[in-house]
Amino acid sequence: MAVAAGQPLLRVRDLARYFPVTGGIIRRTVGHLKAVDGVSFDLEAGQTLGLVGESGCGKSTLGRTILRLHDPCRGQVVLDGMDITALSGKALKQKRRDMQMIFQDPFASLSPRRTVMQILREPLDIHRIGRREDRRRQVEALLETVGLSPPMASRYPHEFSGGQRQRIGIARALALNPKFIVADEAVSALDVSVQAQILNLITDLQERFGIAFLFITHDLGVVRHVSHRVAVMYLGRIVESAPVDRLFEHPHHPYTRALLSAIPSPEPGRKRIRIILPGEVPSPANPPPGCPFHPRCPEAMDICRTRVPKTLAVDAAGLHQVSCHLHDPDHVPSASGRPPSTENS
Amino acid sequence: MNRPLLEVDNLVIEFETDRGTIRAVDGISFCVGASETLGLVGESGCGKSVTALALLGLIPSPPGRVAAGSIRLDGRELTGLSEARMRKVRGKDIAMIFQEPMSALNPVFTIASQMTRVIRRHQGLSRRQARAAAVEMLALTGIAAPLRLIDDYPHQLSGGMRQRVMIAMAMSCEPKLLIADEPTTALDVTTQAQVLEQILALQSSFNTAVILITHDLGVVAETCSRALVMYCGRLAEEGTVESLFAHPRHPYTAGLLESIPALQASRNRHLPTIAGAVPDLAELPPGCLFADRCPSARSLCREEHPRLITSGRDGRVACHFPVQSREAYRAALVQWES
Repeated sequence: MAVAAGQPLLRVRDLARYFPVTGGIIRRTVGHLKAVDGVSFDLEAGQTLGLVGESGCGKSTLGRTILRLHDPCRGQVVLDGMDITALSGKALKQKRRDMQMIFQDPFASLSPRRTVMQILREPLDIHRIGRREDRRRQVEALLETVGLSPPMASRYPHEFSGGQRQRIGIARALALNPKFIVADEAVSALDVSVQAQILNLITDLQERFGIAFLFITHDLGVVRHVSHRVAVMYLGRIVESAPVDRLFEHPHHPYTRALLSAIPSPEPGRKRIRIILPGEVPSPANPPPGCPFHPRCPEAMDICRTRVPKTLAVDAAGLHQVSCHLHDPDHVPSASGRPPSTENS
Repeated sequence: MNRPLLEVDNLVIEFETDRGTIRAVDGISFCVGASETLGLVGESGCGKSVTALALLGLIPSPPGRVAAGSIRLDGRELTGLSEARMRKVRGKDIAMIFQEPMSALNPVFTIASQMTRVIRRHQGLSRRQARAAAVEMLALTGIAAPLRLIDDYPHQLSGGMRQRVMIAMAMSCEPKLLIADEPTTALDVTTQAQVLEQILALQSSFNTAVILITHDLGVVAETCSRALVMYCGRLAEEGTVESLFAHPRHPYTAGLLESIPALQASRNRHLPTIAGAVPDLAELPPGCLFADRCPSARSLCREEHPRLITSGRDGRVACHFPVQSREAYRAALVQWES
């Protein structure tokens, strides 16, 4: 992975988004659901950060908060050198051209009452891109870019298959030449053979236009395929992040290890040791004290129940970061049952 | 092995649509042995769920109907049974778990009331006995404190818990055959692992046969002994899981396997794909339905529909020119794409 010269394209620092929890007859706010609670990472231009985690871990909220579809309640998002957390009105609208989103459900994210031409023209009209009479041609070029034919522009979304609809969703995200796209479970609703076509399209577009992706998914095979770097989220926090091969080959956090061991592998007879996690993800409205993972962690120690772990690098280059007391030299566990961490950098 | 538990012979299921009659399932035959786990694999619209519904006599009619073929459970013909008789089979001999437990459970009744209804209908137990049986069954599915949730409503439970309740309900009458239609697709991987483990554990303690319908080839590889691959309502290939994954014979099976993003490091950022899309069931081409997407199709494939032929020791494949090896398929694909 190329180390950045100068600034990364996207810089997220201590980002948090809480939702109020209301109760009682007058719907007073009685607490907060900490959907995203202090997330920091960098993303280089033209790179893909895979964001994995289970439902409810806050990965979609994180993507939406970065795009300012939710307003953050703490922290900072710097896109291309500009802090966008405080932007509003015209300035925000202008900046939105650089950041777009591809949604999970191509059936729900395209208006059924508008033709593909109308759907794809809308961003161009809103941002007054090019001359009006040229926009039709721009839409046709977009359709070709995503592997559809220009005459399809006069059709309605219901006339397309799931894979084709997702191509339309991608074309819409590309319309304004963004630098950064959040793809939220963009291939999860598709069959494997169609999924492969869409993944190829996304990687081709990235190479062609140098777009940076935040690729949110729960499918670890997909993440391994598209990402340069992977971040694992649990209860609103990033618990581990590393370059993709390193994360899959040397997972450090007990949650990452359990997650990787749970994937069914399409190789019969290949028996692996599966770590079955007890219980379920706690509610983010009432997260456990200390490390949020400790109630399910097979290696939890006393300190895990009381103190939130720091995020520390576990390799020399500082690219592999883990939030876990097991990997904090200040709290090395007394029992020596753990394999020594495998450093290779 | 003596007589198989379930024998499906030349099953044809048709639906009336405003574009004419379409065949959702076109002449498939297969068997399931007692306590066997059979995988049913294929992409959306290939007819796998319709096949499962037919086994339970649940094809909505009209517009659908079982147009031909037979389904025998323990030697007893199920097609043509009256609704009253079918109701005695359903839940007792054959039970089903659905993909979306939230829509399969009734939101206005408690877990206890839904579970005891099934148990009382089929086993003639008293209310109190049925409740005790329900609690026991919930405990067997790995629910730690069944008494705490049995009087809850479905919306009060998490997705994984709901799916366990579905499993408990399905297994409560110790069916001979359990059909699980995408039972873990809506769940996270860690919950999926728990739920699959649970299904397999119950299967071995009750000696139940399982038909596992899924599009996830990883799930099939880890849980099934044999699998059927369906394409456009027809059987493309059948075989033991080991042989299907190591030596797929049908180009469709080979293509599916190639298109899964690998968990191992891959330097190639371009995934092999299956070109084109599934043909429209209302306007099927003559010959092999996969021909237009197949890297090794020849003129014969477009003229004549391939018959199922035996392949290997106990497999079958419907292809004029079966794949020799995964490497050969990859080579053919590269050549075809260029």
